[in-house]
Amino acid sequence: MAGLAAAAIGLTLAEAAIPLPIPGVKPGLANIVTLLVLYRYGWRMAAWVAGLRVVAGALALGQFLTPAFVLSLSGGLASLLVLAWAIHLPQRWFGPVGLSVLAAGAHIVAQLLVVDLWLLPDIRLTAVLPLFLGAALVTGLANGLISHHLLTRR
Amino acid sequence: MSEPSPASPSRLPLRPGDWIVLLCGCAMVAMLAWHQADSLEGRVIIRVDGRVYQEAGLRLNRIIEVPGPLGVSHVEIHGGRVRIADDPGPRQRCVRQGWIPPGGQAICLPNRISVENAAAGYDTLSY
Repeated sequence: MAGLAAAAIGLTLAEAAIPLPIPGVKPGLANIVTLLVLYRYGWRMAAWVAGLRVVAGALALGQFLTPAFVLSLSGGLASLLVLAWAIHLPQRWFGPVGLSVLAAGAHIVAQLLVVDLWLLPDIRLTAVLPLFLGAALVTGLANGLISHHLLTRR
Repeated sequence: MSEPSPASPSRLPLRPGDWIVLLCGCAMVAMLAWHQADSLEGRVIIRVDGRVYQEAGLRLNRIIEVPGPLGVSHVEIHGGRVRIADDPGPRQRCVRQGWIPPGGQAICLPNRISVENAAAGYDTLSY
């Protein structure tokens, strides 16, 4: 588990170094690890790995207990909850890609909720909703495909 | 592990449910984007005493009356620009500021009114 969490943290850190055009949109590569663990070892393990990743990643990036950390945590929790539900969907119908997209959606919705309710209550966020949801769709799809590839490789 | 560890996923990368999820997602994004296509272009946020008094688009030319503690200020929106046309404050600083650039703000401190041209301006960027 420590190794898997370390892999997730590594991806988080690597991702933080990539410059991205739009603030707030990032690929969330570490979620690939969460998905893999979910499929291989079940939800509890995935929750541990994701939780460790959020906390340790924030420590490493120097944003522990900052708003960015709260955002990361809320997104992580929301996607874990959705995954807990989605993993019980019939396997024949829903694969890693569907789960990944659902989790990415939950992630960004939770984050926007936190921003809306706590960080920037004065700003109407509906304007950025399509942008972020669309980004979640794309990154969820990409991460799901990568996860699928890794899961079926051996 | 207590959770049912599912057997290895089938060969298909995208199963029917995945497609449904994706299509629903696309539909949602498209709907939201279409729904507010016009609200994305410039917005003006008028605050009185720190609270949002009115949010307006930049598209229609008009004059908005904003009552503050000193009296009524007039915010003019004209040709996609916005300015404070007149204000009861003694020094008229916010009026002389003229048209407010995108992302800019004019504040009539005596009358406790601020007008923000929120057209695609970031006010904080933080990673």
